[in-house]
Amino acid sequence: MRRTGPLKLCLICGVVMIIQFFIPHRFSKNLFEEAVHWLIVCGVPALVIGYYSIFHVHWTKIRRKREGWGYSIIIFAAVIIVALIGFIWGIGEKSVFMKIYQYMTMTMQATMFSLLGFYMASAAFRSFKARTPEATLLLIVALVIMFGRVPIGESVFIKLKLPNLVEWVLMYPNMAAQRGIGLGVGLGIMATSLKIMLGIERGWLGGAGK
Amino acid sequence: MSHDPWIWVAAFLTLCIFSFLYKDNPFYRFAEHLLIGATLGYALPLIWKNVVTPKIIVPLQHHEYWLLIPLCLGFLYIARLIPKYAWLSRWPMAFALGTGSGIAIPLSLQAGIFKQIQGTMLTKAMLSPSVTPTAHIIGNIVMFVGVITTLIYFYFSIKHVGTVGKVARVGVWYIMLAFGATFGYTVMARVSLLIGRFQFILHDWLGVIK
Repeated sequence: MRRTGPLKLCLICGVVMIIQFFIPHRFSKNLFEEAVHWLIVCGVPALVIGYYSIFHVHWTKIRRKREGWGYSIIIFAAVIIVALIGFIWGIGEKSVFMKIYQYMTMTMQATMFSLLGFYMASAAFRSFKARTPEATLLLIVALVIMFGRVPIGESVFIKLKLPNLVEWVLMYPNMAAQRGIGLGVGLGIMATSLKIMLGIERGWLGGAGK
Repeated sequence: MSHDPWIWVAAFLTLCIFSFLYKDNPFYRFAEHLLIGATLGYALPLIWKNVVTPKIIVPLQHHEYWLLIPLCLGFLYIARLIPKYAWLSRWPMAFALGTGSGIAIPLSLQAGIFKQIQGTMLTKAMLSPSVTPTAHIIGNIVMFVGVITTLIYFYFSIKHVGTVGKVARVGVWYIMLAFGATFGYTVMARVSLLIGRFQFILHDWLGVIK
């Protein structure tokens, strides 16, 4: 019961959702909407696990005074302060809560991602060597895309009509490979979903309480 | 120079993160942990307002008590924290995975496979010079060849020798081209973020550029 019950529920839910897709009726549409609603409601308590997990890790770090435990206090303080500000003063467009998002969270996220620009450039400089024709192609296309997307590229290679060439490369040969990979991903999603439904893939059951 | 305290906070945090370019240091680690905490704290009021209130509280106030079923099912996730009852968490997982798989299979079939095949197919109009510009005709043929060769490259049930090997080789060229395009695009996205950060520091904060 501890294993077969959930497996049966998984199969029934999956089969019902597949059948409803092929029935063009209002009842079927309502069933789909209700299932999505139930999924959201069912997922909300799972957040407790997520927050518990991160708090547990950092609380243990503080309690045992492990290296960098002071930073864990910053996490606790930030979570509590930002959440309280949101709950007490609201989350409207001009609220302090949104200012925190705009001037702290968004700023830090953008800076973190912009940092990656430096590391990508240095990694590319070290590893991008035109050793094989395929690697040369990758290098050339990357450079063409980069130059074609900035005003300087447009003005330097004026006769080549670089932006048009970039557009064409992105629209056709690039899209062809992306589509080929996408088809593989689509088939992969279907195969994995079927394996889960049929109980062939059981990793999600975990090992607790056989 | 700006007189807005929020701009000063954002500038300080931006510099804290950029300091990582020198080496890992307490300023960077402070910003890093603050980002984690602020993001977690930001999510709580948002989830409460956009998910818990409209999807759970309001329907319950309107006597839609059947929603207690997925809610109670969701609370079983928390059983994961009690080793003796951890197996109970399989029930909400079974519901989420089963329903998710049932939704994913037909959708993936429709959007990930049929639509992609449909988009790749060549029609008379797509190859007719009177209807389609030459660059697009060439593009359509390039796209068709690209999708077929990429798929053959990923088909590992037959050995890549002889004709299949040659076709798969063309697929590799397409894939390398797509990787080059993706790399170039990603670098440009990061660089534009970096420009945004410098604009913020030099324009919004220091006011040295207009």
